[in-house]
Amino acid sequence: MFGKLTLSAIPYDVPILVGTFIGAAIAGLAVVGLITYYGKWGYLWREWLTSVDHKRIGVMYIVVALVALFRGFADAIMMRSQLALAYAGNPGYLPPHHYDQIFSAHGTIMIFFMAMAFMQGLMNIVVPLQIGARDVAFPFVNTLSFWMTTISFLLVNVSLFIGEFSQCGWLAYPPLSEQQFSPGVGVDYYIWAVQLSGVGTLLTGVNFFATIVKMRAPGMTYMRMPVFTWTIFCTTVLIMVAFPILTVAMGLLGLDRYLGMHFFTNDGGGNQMLYLSVIWGWGHPEVYILVLPAFGAFSEITQTFSRKPLFGYKTMVYATASIMVLSLVVWVHHFFTMGAGPNVNAFFGIMTMIIAVPTGVKIFNWLFTMYKGRIEFHATMYWVIGFMITFSIGGMTGVMLAIPASDFVLHNSLFVIAHFHNVIIGGVYFGYVAAMNFWFPKSFGFKLNEAWGKRAFWCWFIGFYVAFMPLYVVGFEGMTRRMNHYDNPEWHPWLLIAEVGAVLIACGIVCQLTQLYVSIRDRNLAENRDLTGDPWNARTLEWSTSSPPPFYNFAILPEVHELDAFAHDKEAGIDTRRAGGDYQPIHMPKNTACGFLIGAFSFVLGFGAIWYIWWLAAVGLIGVIATVIARSADNDVDYYVPVSEVARIEQEHTHNLMAAQAAE
Amino acid sequence: MADHISSSGEGHGSVGSYLTGFVLAVILTVAAFGLVMSHAMSPSATGGAIALLAVVQIVVHLIYFLHMNGSSEQRWNVMAFTFTVLSVLVLVAGTMFIMHDTSINMMSR
Repeated sequence: MFGKLTLSAIPYDVPILVGTFIGAAIAGLAVVGLITYYGKWGYLWREWLTSVDHKRIGVMYIVVALVALFRGFADAIMMRSQLALAYAGNPGYLPPHHYDQIFSAHGTIMIFFMAMAFMQGLMNIVVPLQIGARDVAFPFVNTLSFWMTTISFLLVNVSLFIGEFSQCGWLAYPPLSEQQFSPGVGVDYYIWAVQLSGVGTLLTGVNFFATIVKMRAPGMTYMRMPVFTWTIFCTTVLIMVAFPILTVAMGLLGLDRYLGMHFFTNDGGGNQMLYLSVIWGWGHPEVYILVLPAFGAFSEITQTFSRKPLFGYKTMVYATASIMVLSLVVWVHHFFTMGAGPNVNAFFGIMTMIIAVPTGVKIFNWLFTMYKGRIEFHATMYWVIGFMITFSIGGMTGVMLAIPASDFVLHNSLFVIAHFHNVIIGGVYFGYVAAMNFWFPKSFGFKLNEAWGKRAFWCWFIGFYVAFMPLYVVGFEGMTRRMNHYDNPEWHPWLLIAEVGAVLIACGIVCQLTQLYVSIRDRNLAENRDLTGDPWNARTLEWSTSSPPPFYNFAILPEVHELDAFAHDKEAGIDTRRAGGDYQPIHMPKNTACGFLIGAFSFVLGFGAIWYIWWLAAVGLIGVIATVIARSADNDVDYYVPVSEVARIEQEHTHNLMAAQAAE
Repeated sequence: MADHISSSGEGHGSVGSYLTGFVLAVILTVAAFGLVMSHAMSPSATGGAIALLAVVQIVVHLIYFLHMNGSSEQRWNVMAFTFTVLSVLVLVAGTMFIMHDTSINMMSR
């Protein structure tokens, strides 16, 4: 009846997990209680959970990403504390069984549910506004993508309290992840979470590719697209190429585990090394899927706060496109030591070094954008400059690892850990936080507090160096990754320093939360309100509409004559909004609960399959199929916004604009 | 949001073109089965032949069922398809290169 699920699967004998459960339960009850107290369930359901509005979906993505950041960071600081303690006679406080789950969960959550969710949130909020569209190409698919990502994250968190999570690292290499060596449900949780969130990501890729190709404002040719849109465009192409590979890799591993097949086992003619090649065929493009949007955000922010158009727009576009192509031919550098000969390793080593060239071009473009600009040292700009320094160092250690001979010394050491945190924190995370600070007023109509933003930056920036530079050192000294306990006295002081760094980063996260709190508290102060819709005097179309934008984004679709259309219009004195012009009824999609329902049924399917509760899995699968059929048969999916309502909303914004101009 | 409901960019075949495609697809399928069942060629030659027939089959499907051609409305489809083929080739050929070289180097074959 309940498959593998018994009462012993609940880890009530592990005090850390019981504590976490109580904490999570109290927090959850508090949220539920507050929503009930303020009577907001209906509002939440109608306006957010069932929304097909890309701006709201984007905000929900980022909320999920911040929760995932919190969870992933809790894992991180637990690992650092274990390594600060577990020296010589002290076993530390985490037994290997638990420790291995924590590092696996940390990697999985940070990549799939923090970074990917954050990135998809940003593209949701920005891209349709930036290209002058009213929504994405497939609004229903958009809400479906969001719910697939969210329920997968929920599945990972359920594994905390029911059963266990994978102990095989964030990529679950066989043969360790095969049934023979991991008979528990941990790897199954991993496979289903990754597989279901992969569906969501792939759909987002298709959706935004179609949106950018088909829905740009009149006059916006490819070479007039803002750089952020270009980077998202390349990212969606990479998603469409790479994510099916992940699906196949997970599918084959799942067949091995569920049906006793032998794709990656040693007996039965399988080859576990093939898994490495396949999974990294996805895994390497994945890191560019994450970092390209960050590059786009840096470009927008640098040009805005340097008060100058971006230096070398065309080279930026070509550099992005070449990174997109090159990222598909470098994947062996993740397993140079697997045993391939010098031909293979030399080819992929050289390709890896070549990819540093377009990235270097981008760095110089940002530097030259700042050169002779009137740089405003806004909090957002701090993250950009911090990124340039940190990412350059990370890039250089990356080129070191690209040399197969030196990789043989450093492979699987903490040097690798230091390197990829150097590029992922310094590149991806700094970029997303900068983007969040930059586009926050667009989403909510008020600015984020700058003082707390700068404090958060300094904690993260210094904390990063204190936490990860020691790992380069112990990596050189031969410390391997994923180690639970060590005896080498030379490593101990460095790992203590790294722990201090983790605490500094924790302060950074506290500062970010405080920044959110203070900004929401002070949102009505005149200096924080954004009445004009253009708080930074920026250059691209998303700033030409109000903040927050009306649900239809643009009453009249903007016409684009140049790159940086809004900057051009401001200089030429053209009203991009064409306020009071000839409004037409606007065709909009209706909200739908189908995305939520398909997500919920997928969760049931995943949970049933993980625990071998086949009737439950069948209920989930039938539910998914039935919802898809019901949705396909529903013709009542759109409506027209009447001219009177459009005129009323636009007039209100014009009023605000005039009031703001009068106040200046 | 379906602002552009008109079917620009989508080709629609005629009954004739669908029939041509169907007949070609059937011939290619029967030919593949026939080759295997009649043992007319050596096993390795049969393998090569059915691989070739499969590729032709793909092209027939693309032209007659997915309406891919060189016209300007189809340019995006053709470009996307070319890129897809290219990346699949890179991945498949790359994986074969890596796994073959590994087998030789590790003397497992």
